[in-house]
This record gives sequence, C-alpha cells and structure tokens, in this order.
Amino acid sequence: MKRPARKKIAQALGFLALRLAMAVVLAVLILLLGDIVRKGGGAISWEFLSQAPRRGMTEGGIFPAIVGTFLVTVITAVLAVPLGMSAAVYLNEYARQTRLTRLIRLSIRNLSGVPSIVYGLFGVILFVNALRLGTSVLSAGLTLGLMTLPWTITAGEEALKTIPDSYREGALALGATKWQTIRTNVLPYAVPGMLTGTVLGLARAAGETAPILFTGAAFYLPALPKSPGDQFMALPYHLYIMATQHHAILKVRPLAYGTALVLIFLVLGMNMAAIVVRYRLRKKQR
Amino acid sequence: MTSAETGPKIQTRNLDFYYGPTRALKNVTLDCHDRRVTAIIGPSGCGKSTFIRTLNRMNDVIPGTRVEGRILLDGEDIRAPEVDVVELRRRVGMVFQKPNPFPKSIFDNVAYGLRINGWRDRRRLDEVVERSLRGAALWDEVKDRLGENAFALSGGQQQRLCIARSLAVEPEVILFDEPCSAIDPIATAKVEDLIEKLKTRYTVVIVTHNMQQAARVSDYTAFMMLGELVEFGRTEKIFTAPASRLTEDYITGRFG
Repeated sequence: MKRPARKKIAQALGFLALRLAMAVVLAVLILLLGDIVRKGGGAISWEFLSQAPRRGMTEGGIFPAIVGTFLVTVITAVLAVPLGMSAAVYLNEYARQTRLTRLIRLSIRNLSGVPSIVYGLFGVILFVNALRLGTSVLSAGLTLGLMTLPWTITAGEEALKTIPDSYREGALALGATKWQTIRTNVLPYAVPGMLTGTVLGLARAAGETAPILFTGAAFYLPALPKSPGDQFMALPYHLYIMATQHHAILKVRPLAYGTALVLIFLVLGMNMAAIVVRYRLRKKQR
Repeated sequence: MTSAETGPKIQTRNLDFYYGPTRALKNVTLDCHDRRVTAIIGPSGCGKSTFIRTLNRMNDVIPGTRVEGRILLDGEDIRAPEVDVVELRRRVGMVFQKPNPFPKSIFDNVAYGLRINGWRDRRRLDEVVERSLRGAALWDEVKDRLGENAFALSGGQQQRLCIARSLAVEPEVILFDEPCSAIDPIATAKVEDLIEKLKTRYTVVIVTHNMQQAARVSDYTAFMMLGELVEFGRTEKIFTAPASRLTEDYITGRFG
C-alpha cells in the first residue's frame, strides 16, 4: 500500500470517529427532549401556565413556580452581572499579572467547579443565618448569584481577552486615559461575548435545585411572594417534588413532565435571547 | 529633504531600557530635530521599535520594563513626575506597524481623539475630521462614505486613516513604527509622500527596516545595532560617507 492511500484511510477513519461522537451526543439530546415533549406536551395548557397548583398539587398549574424562578433569577443577575463584569475588567485590564492574581484566577476557576449543594449550605450559613435574611427569595437569589459569579467573571475575562491590544494601544496613543480606553474602545466590543457567558451562567442558575433547597424554596405556598423576604416556589424544586416526593407520584407524572418541559424551554429561551442580542450587537458594530 | 538646521524637538540622553533583566537600549543619546524627519534603521531586534515607543511612553504599559536616562521634549523631561502621560501622548502621536483602525465608522475613527477630549459640537467635529483626512491624503477616497466601517478600507487606506486619526488631535510629533511593513508598494509610496508633507508642520520620527525608504523620506538617519546607537547624522552623509564600518556594511547590504 502506498503512503498517500494509507493517509487517506487514516483521515477517513478519523472523520468517521468524530461524526460518530457527534451523532451519539445528538441522539442522547434528541431522545431526552423527545421523551419530555411526548410525555409532558399534553400537560401544557394556558391553565397549566397561569394557575396555581390545586388539590395537593394533583391538579392546576405551575404559575407560582414560574414567578418564583423568574424573581430569583432577577436577584441572581443583579448580584452576579455587575460584580462579575467589574471583577473581570479589574483582573484583565488593571491587575498586574503577579503570583497573587494567578492564584485568584485559579481559585475562581475552581469555584465554578464546586458542587451546587455546597453553595446551598454556604448560603444557609451566610445569608439565612448570619445576615438574618431568613429562608427567602433574597437569600436564594444571593446564593445563586454567588454560584454564578465565577462563571460571569471567567466569561467576562475571556471576552476581554479577545479584544486585540491594538485597540487599547491605538486609543492610548491618542491621549485617552486608561478608563476612557476601556470604556470606549474595549468594553463595547467585549459586551456581546460577556453577555453570552453571563446568560449561560444565569440559565444554569435558574435550573438549579440544591442551592435554593435550604435557602428559600418552598414545597407549596398558597400565595405568591410579596417581598424579597418571602419564601417562593421554583420550577426545579417543584419538578423534584413532583418527580420524587409527591404522595401520588404516578398520578402527577404528566404534571412533572410538563414542569420539566417549561423549565427546559425557559433555559433554552434565555440562551436563544443571548444569541439574538449578541448577533444584533455584532451586526451593529460592522 | 530640507537643508536648514532646526532646533531639537526631542532629545534622549544616555537612554537605557530594560525588559526585565534584558537591556534593550544601551546609552542612546540622540536629537530629533523640529519639523524634520528622523529615520531609525537597523537589523531586526536592534531596539529601534523599543526606542520609538519610549518617546511617547508607550512602553509604560508593558509590565516588567524599566527606563533609565532622560528623554526631553522641548527641553522638558517627559518622565518627570509632574508630566501627565495622557497629555504627552496627545502631543506625541503614534502610527503603528499594522494599521489598527477601530471597528467604528471612518468618521468616528478620526473623531475618536477629539471626543475623548470632550468635543461634542458636530460642526467642529466635521471640520477637523475633513481637515485631518485631507492632511492624510485620504479625503477624496472616503468623503462619500464617512459612515462606513473603517474595516472596509484597504490596508493602505487604513494606515492613512490611522495617520488622519493622529493628526486630528494636533500633535507636535508623530512617531511612525514601521508604518509600511504591512502595506503594498503603491500604498507605501502614498504614505512616503505624506510623510514628506507632514514635516512642514510636525516633527517626524520613523522606524523602518527599508533603507531605501529611510534614504527617500528622512533628513537625519540613526543606525542602531544590538541596542546601541552606532551612528547618527544627516541622511545624505550616512548613506554616502558613513563614518562607521558597521553602518557601511549594513547600508550596502552586507548583513541585516
């Protein structure tokens, strides 16, 4: 066999392996989504989305859980986005690259790998007990915010790194101050990337159960939260209850699937929104 | 080329520069004359870009670097504590090796330096943008598409846009760091013509690895090697009767 032929076969085999790997991933995703859509699609109706659960959660909808997840995500964003962006700007633009900053960066990377239940317990200690915020929307949102911070900082730094130094040098050479350079010639081009990473982090937070389990999510509430100090119902926790803790599990199975479907679409919708916003911003800059 | 002597605009005195432990400039003492073109030539890695970047303190932003000696602009030390580096860089503009337009419209690129200084009046901005683009010999090519993104321009046009951008803030000195190394010969000729015109109003310092370019555009030439200034003098003298054997070998192409 001649060399080129052998190389061609090796390449063909390589491509085949890559295609197979992708097919496996896609198949899992499609099976999962298909199963949930098939079993939960029937439960979706206007009533399901707009009403509270009734009769020990065997009937009715998931409106309070949708509201709860929305509120808690807003608090998460309010904490994680400005703080994360500022930290990213500081780390990438201002901090000298010393052993200390490398250590800080490494710690942040590690924090994003800490299991979410650890954040949940930390939230109980810090927000619920020490700061006396009680089990509430606020405590849960802050806990999720802390969990999201490493993601937003990392995403922010990565986005800032993609901005060529020639933009910075060009502005400095025209007599711009460092902050002017960052504000007018770095941040505007980094925002689309920062945004994408941030929304991915928020979407992940919105789907988490463990961090809100002890910090504010309730099994069932007759009313919507009226202040940040109230407990709330949340989609992921509601799903967990319907799937594993309910007294009539088989009876509420379609409701559980419906809840899962709504949660998935919520997360998917957030990601889509991030993509659309990023696309618009990029297009505006061209 | 102009023959009359003018006073020095920029002077360096025993200038040393270090990247960490590496000494990249050794005891460089040099005068750049007012409204004349000074070319810095020398083989790659000889410190010519490092040198030009000390003149507007662009190297300040690189961590782990150190400067010793004195750099004077109109007789005043630009590294004195009371000197505002932002004001210095407004007075000493810079055009980089690779054209680096910002991803904004042509207009916004030229107006950038004015806007960061608080200019808002559209009519004054229009005026200065036009004057700067004319000054950079680009106006006729772009006047009908000032709103277009600067990335749509060709490489040579982008470089002239960068020149226009630095003209807009009315500097006294313009530093060119190998401005033609990334553009084609026709665009190079345009930039060289432009430099010839610029020196009637500005002091120009240009780093180039192209000896013909140095001979064509400059009044004074400095030849550097391994961080040292080997020879400095009027360009016609450097290229016809160099004092140093090293200079002669370099300009006749025996090494480099």
